[in-house]
Amino acid sequence: MARGLFLRLVLSALCAAGAAAFLYHDYCVLGAGPAGLQAAYFLQRAGRDYVVFERSHAPGSFFAIYPRHRKLISINKRHTGKSNSEFNLRHDWNSLLSHEPRLLFRRYSRQFFPHADAMVRYLEDFAAMLGLRIRYDTAIVHVTLEKDPRAWNGHYFVLSDQNRQSYKCSCLLVATGTWVPNVVNFPGSEYVEGYETVSTNPEDFAGQTVLILGRGNSAFETAENILGVTNFIHMVSRSRVRLSWATHYVGDLRAINNGLLDTYQLKSLDGLLEGDLEDLAIVKDKKGKLHITLRFYLENRNTSAGIDGITLPQDELDNFATRAPYDRVIRCLGWKFDFSIYNRMMPGRGNKSKYPQIKPSYESRGTRGLFVLGTASHSVDFRKSAGGFIHGFRYTTRAVHRLLENRHHGVPWPSAVYPITQLTNSIIKRVNEASGLYQMFSVLADIILLRENATAFEYLEEYPVGILAELETQTGRKAPAGLFVVIMEYGRNFSGDDKDVFYYNRAVGEAQHAWQSNFLHPVIYYYKRLPTEREMRLHPPDWPLPRPDAIHHIVEDFLTDWTAPNAHILPLRRFLENCLSTDLRNFFAESCFLFALTRQKLPPFCQQGYARMQGLTGSERLRRHAVEAGLLEDYAVTDFSGDKLPDSRQGSHDQLLRDHVIPLRPLHHLVNAKDEF
Amino acid sequence: MAALEDRWVSSFSFLLFCAVSIPILGSASLVQELSPHEYFSGLQANKASLAYFSRTVSPGVQLFLEQIENSVEALHDYGISVVKVKCPKEDVSRYCGKENALRKAYLFRGNVLIREFPTDALFDVNSIVANVLFALLFHEVKYVETLTDLQNIENALKGKSNMVFAYVPATGTAEHRAVMEVAFVYGTVHQFVLTTEATLLKDAGNDPDVSSAQLLFCHCQQATDLAQPCRRTPLEHDLTVLNIHRHLKLMGAPLVTEVAEDPEKVSTVHLQLGLPLVFILSQKETYEADRRTAEFLAWKLLGKAGVAILSRDVVDLNILRRSNIALKTPDEGVPIKYLVLEDTEEVITLVEDKSKVKQIQENEDEDEEDEDEKENDDQDVQDDQVVEAVSRDKKRELPLDQILTLTEETFHSAMLEAAQTVVLFYASWEAVSLVVLQSYTEVADHLKGTQGILLSRVNCWDWPGVCTMENVTQFPTIKIYKKGEQPITYNGMLGTEELTSFIMLSQVSCPLKLATIDEAERYLSGELPSELSSYQHSLVLGVFSTATSKVREAFTEAGSILSGHVTTGIYFEDDVLALSHKYAVSPPALLLARSSSQSVEGISLSKQSAQDIVQMIRYELLDVFPEITVQNLPHYLQLRKPFLIFFSDGDIGQIESKEMLKLAKGRSQQAFVSCWLNLKNTPVGRGVLKAYFATIPSLPALVWVNLHAGGQVFKFPSEQSITEMNILSWLEKLKAGLEIPSSTLSEEDWKPPLPAYNFLQMMEAAGPEFTLHTSSHQEDRREQQQLEGSEEKATVREEPIEEARVKAEKAQGPGRDLRGTAPRLAGREKQARRHSEL
Repeated sequence: MARGLFLRLVLSALCAAGAAAFLYHDYCVLGAGPAGLQAAYFLQRAGRDYVVFERSHAPGSFFAIYPRHRKLISINKRHTGKSNSEFNLRHDWNSLLSHEPRLLFRRYSRQFFPHADAMVRYLEDFAAMLGLRIRYDTAIVHVTLEKDPRAWNGHYFVLSDQNRQSYKCSCLLVATGTWVPNVVNFPGSEYVEGYETVSTNPEDFAGQTVLILGRGNSAFETAENILGVTNFIHMVSRSRVRLSWATHYVGDLRAINNGLLDTYQLKSLDGLLEGDLEDLAIVKDKKGKLHITLRFYLENRNTSAGIDGITLPQDELDNFATRAPYDRVIRCLGWKFDFSIYNRMMPGRGNKSKYPQIKPSYESRGTRGLFVLGTASHSVDFRKSAGGFIHGFRYTTRAVHRLLENRHHGVPWPSAVYPITQLTNSIIKRVNEASGLYQMFSVLADIILLRENATAFEYLEEYPVGILAELETQTGRKAPAGLFVVIMEYGRNFSGDDKDVFYYNRAVGEAQHAWQSNFLHPVIYYYKRLPTEREMRLHPPDWPLPRPDAIHHIVEDFLTDWTAPNAHILPLRRFLENCLSTDLRNFFAESCFLFALTRQKLPPFCQQGYARMQGLTGSERLRRHAVEAGLLEDYAVTDFSGDKLPDSRQGSHDQLLRDHVIPLRPLHHLVNAKDEF
Repeated sequence: MAALEDRWVSSFSFLLFCAVSIPILGSASLVQELSPHEYFSGLQANKASLAYFSRTVSPGVQLFLEQIENSVEALHDYGISVVKVKCPKEDVSRYCGKENALRKAYLFRGNVLIREFPTDALFDVNSIVANVLFALLFHEVKYVETLTDLQNIENALKGKSNMVFAYVPATGTAEHRAVMEVAFVYGTVHQFVLTTEATLLKDAGNDPDVSSAQLLFCHCQQATDLAQPCRRTPLEHDLTVLNIHRHLKLMGAPLVTEVAEDPEKVSTVHLQLGLPLVFILSQKETYEADRRTAEFLAWKLLGKAGVAILSRDVVDLNILRRSNIALKTPDEGVPIKYLVLEDTEEVITLVEDKSKVKQIQENEDEDEEDEDEKENDDQDVQDDQVVEAVSRDKKRELPLDQILTLTEETFHSAMLEAAQTVVLFYASWEAVSLVVLQSYTEVADHLKGTQGILLSRVNCWDWPGVCTMENVTQFPTIKIYKKGEQPITYNGMLGTEELTSFIMLSQVSCPLKLATIDEAERYLSGELPSELSSYQHSLVLGVFSTATSKVREAFTEAGSILSGHVTTGIYFEDDVLALSHKYAVSPPALLLARSSSQSVEGISLSKQSAQDIVQMIRYELLDVFPEITVQNLPHYLQLRKPFLIFFSDGDIGQIESKEMLKLAKGRSQQAFVSCWLNLKNTPVGRGVLKAYFATIPSLPALVWVNLHAGGQVFKFPSEQSITEMNILSWLEKLKAGLEIPSSTLSEEDWKPPLPAYNFLQMMEAAGPEFTLHTSSHQEDRREQQQLEGSEEKATVREEPIEEARVKAEKAQGPGRDLRGTAPRLAGREKQARRHSEL
């Protein structure tokens, strides 16, 4: 039924395009996976003309097959003890962003590590419930550019599908993920089975000796599945194993899959080896067993001699580690982006060869108007943050959408303007609940633009810090008087695949040592002016930003709850005060009254509250507390003198009693007081 | 040198033994009792003995005898034996025979009588030991009475040996004994000179306290100039054996120690004696100058700290090139501190500052932490009165049962329940929110049982969605929801009374349309609307003829803007003229009834826009001569006029009130705000007066404050009576500049009350990997550092950074190599408190 609706929509679009042979849309999205659907959602909410192309008949086709063993390793935390929906997204790694509370993943699975089928169902519902415009069974096989000065970017994207139908778009959003299996070619690689097709039935491996190529989660997942039935499993890869709890990178080996590490270290026959797969060669003997040798030996072999003529490493080094023959070799080397359809407009593969080359704005380096979303955009924060995963790219996709809204529709980046008195609060609120800052740490940041005279500020959420220098053009907002960048960071040198992340004293507890915090904590950068592109370019590679004029770390917190008045809020306030050169304290109305009559200027809190007839009166009880703290003078005291004075000094515990006593004070107290003088 | 030291050490321990053993003596009688014959025949040459001759024990000498007995042990340590010689009755020899000889004690060396002491000179152990040694050390300790004698001795010693000059107010004292005891050991090394003449001391030093004993070490050995007195180093502690010994030992140590080994391994007399050792870090190029600096410093610190010179060319130190001073404390386990100091004064301060030395000597990590905490003390202390008040109250549970708690799910249905739902949107972590929540509970108390009003709250920290939806952008926000109407946001004072009043007044949709003259009258008298009849409030009635629809619309809008603050009514029936005539206005007009007075005031309405009408109503509702309070001051501040304030302790007097009212209503009404302040109602007024006059003047007091122009404060002369005329002529004088202001209000901006943690600097100090800079910048810095390293050691451009580095290093935990090239100084030092150990 939904399909029929889409067809009609497509037809109407066709009519709109008039006589042209093209179907035109402002936005074309390639792929109806999580990122494509997420992009479609934002385009739909903004009322944009868009279409999503999906080569399969349903959304999320990757999840219909992968992971092969069907267990997602993105956590589905259904309870956090908090009701704050934004905060809860910090621990929901599967949901996409939407206004619809029914589209929360916890409604789709009760498992902490959900079944992949739940993801397929979720994505189907997401597309259907939100009525996203998707053309299924449409595989875009070719993309070209058509120069046209009237087009948004000076060219249109012309897409052809498998039926030679052409589509024309002003803006192309590529959300095809990485789905082309990484393959290594070496002599004998024909004996290797791929992760894509290998049997997932453990029975098929009973009593076999298995070699797995690769060291990612798919390799360990495969091993985990057959660990109990094989003779032993060896795993070979160029790099050492990287544990995600040591690197804080969710793409590294997750603890849920690491059973093989256990059996390896406990000498239960399984093992890990390091070696370059390119140097490898596999030869099959007459019994069908697979032997590991080196390409080097094969190149020098006597061609006529067959298997017997091939030198095996153990011939020279009789304790060579992998001298035992294998029954099966399985390749689990991950995926790469499909570059084939773009006709050179997706330029020569980025530094990470599996991803297309893009700018920190997620726009292709070579082609204006072409954006990469989702997993394929992970080159921006590869091995750093979560941009390659749903819980990360749902936010970067929103950021791209906001950039496009500003660029093409004159809708500036959403922002709110607050009086300066709300500055500390705004930051505390965000660092405590914002999920985008938390998931996309070091990549997305909140930006606080100060207005002239620092009486007000404008708050922009989750802007990609990589394009901080272009902020004014990218957001349509002005930064006339300096800015704060609120970002979350792990401690320098804390995480890494070589690091012991459990050493004693790993966590800092005192605010004055906050800069040494190791766990994820908020960091606030202050710039007197927007950094230039050159400064951005030259900033040290392991820092998200260039040198600020001042920096503040909010000390890491065991509960990630940064609302402690003295440890978190007070130092932050002092930092902000010193950057702005003002006093950001709160005052009771009584204090403002005193200031108003005895000083020519008022502190901002009084200026923006009391002077506008919105003073904070406070209860008598609280004013007493302030008096006892020595932060408020009690002028009434002199009226009573006598035993009233020592009474208040001692801070009687029976506050209420004293409060009642004051008006009832008998006269003779006053007389006595006189006598005492 | 080493032998000498050995002797010192042994003699020291010997003296120590003496000092310690004194109090435990005297219990047993150790005095030998001999006959005169036994005594005299047993005397050995060069052996000293103190003898007391007695026939019978007379009660008069009992005390003396006890003291002598007490001194036996002490004297024994100096090889002096004490003998009680029993004179046979018939003996009439020299010592036994004469009666007065029996009142004396005799000191012999061998069989030679050195001295005889009257028993009253030997009144206690101190005087016995002091006098006996004094007599024996006749050559070693010269007693002088005149300055000339002193100078002669001094001159004779120049170039030969050093002199120890001691002043004691009287002989036979503990100090005298201490000097003598030390002289017994050091007498052959230094020339000891003793005096009881205070004048000698006055000439020797500057303004000493002659009531207490003094000791000066005079460096005569190195003195070459005969005309100049020897350089002197006073002992700055009490004259005890230990202190004097320590002093002499320090004086004997080489002035500047040359060090060519790891400073951690160096040990000198100073360190052994518990004093710090200052290293001057030198290099070949600057050695001569450094040596001079070291000597200069050593003289300055003599007796307080040792000075050593360490050549960096010889010892490979893993420290910053820029460091020029190192400080080693005597405590074990405290690493050497490397510092960059600018001049010798700083070193002296560093050493002399007792608290600092003490801090350094306290080896406890905790103490170091205390020091650290002290530095940041104020920074860490909450100085926000609101936040502090709330945190002091956090353990109390608020009585919230009158207030409905709403969630994202219940919010919308709750809005349909009551005619009027008040919602407080707040954040549970935010201080101002919690203050308002307290007031809100008081409001709930006030409104308990009021029909049609529901008080509720939403914690936006739990339910951000509903807050965003309701367009709540800051905390706290109070909104009133009425069925079928746009919610009203409360924008008044965040206090119980104001909020209660607002909620009450908001019950009525304003402006209230009145249909008959009778209704209008009842409205003006406060009977209508009935919900508010028992509630005192100001009200406004707009009177319009049917033709003035545009102004009427504007008024209607103004009425809804003012809703909650002022009750507005509207009347535009055909018989409107009847009403307007009564109040002598012609429509369009406003009739005002203030809450404070019974009368109704009529004003013609000339404004056309809603905003102007709002302004006008607000202005008209202000009192002519208000009692100023914390609550209403902002209304009058907005007029931006000078204030004439009558401060009164209690109610204003009738006469003054009348005069002031006359003044306020008079021609100058437009120019300033005249008001009065009741110190009983507004005690903070005392604070205002204190700020104006430093103390509280006699009350009542009339004060003119140029709040918005210049800030001058003038006080009406208290001898004049407060009459309209007097005030006016005083104001004329003010205007003419004939009066001098009592004070001027501060024009100062509100600056940050305290500095923030400078994390940027701390990170920089911790090493390159923590330094955040652009790569080009990095190069510059590196060059700069190299330059600095090659310059004279005292060039310090970035001292604060250096300090921060030291501090930052202190904060490091073990096992983390954060410091790059910076020396690993702090491995054993304090660590930040961490919570992972819980």
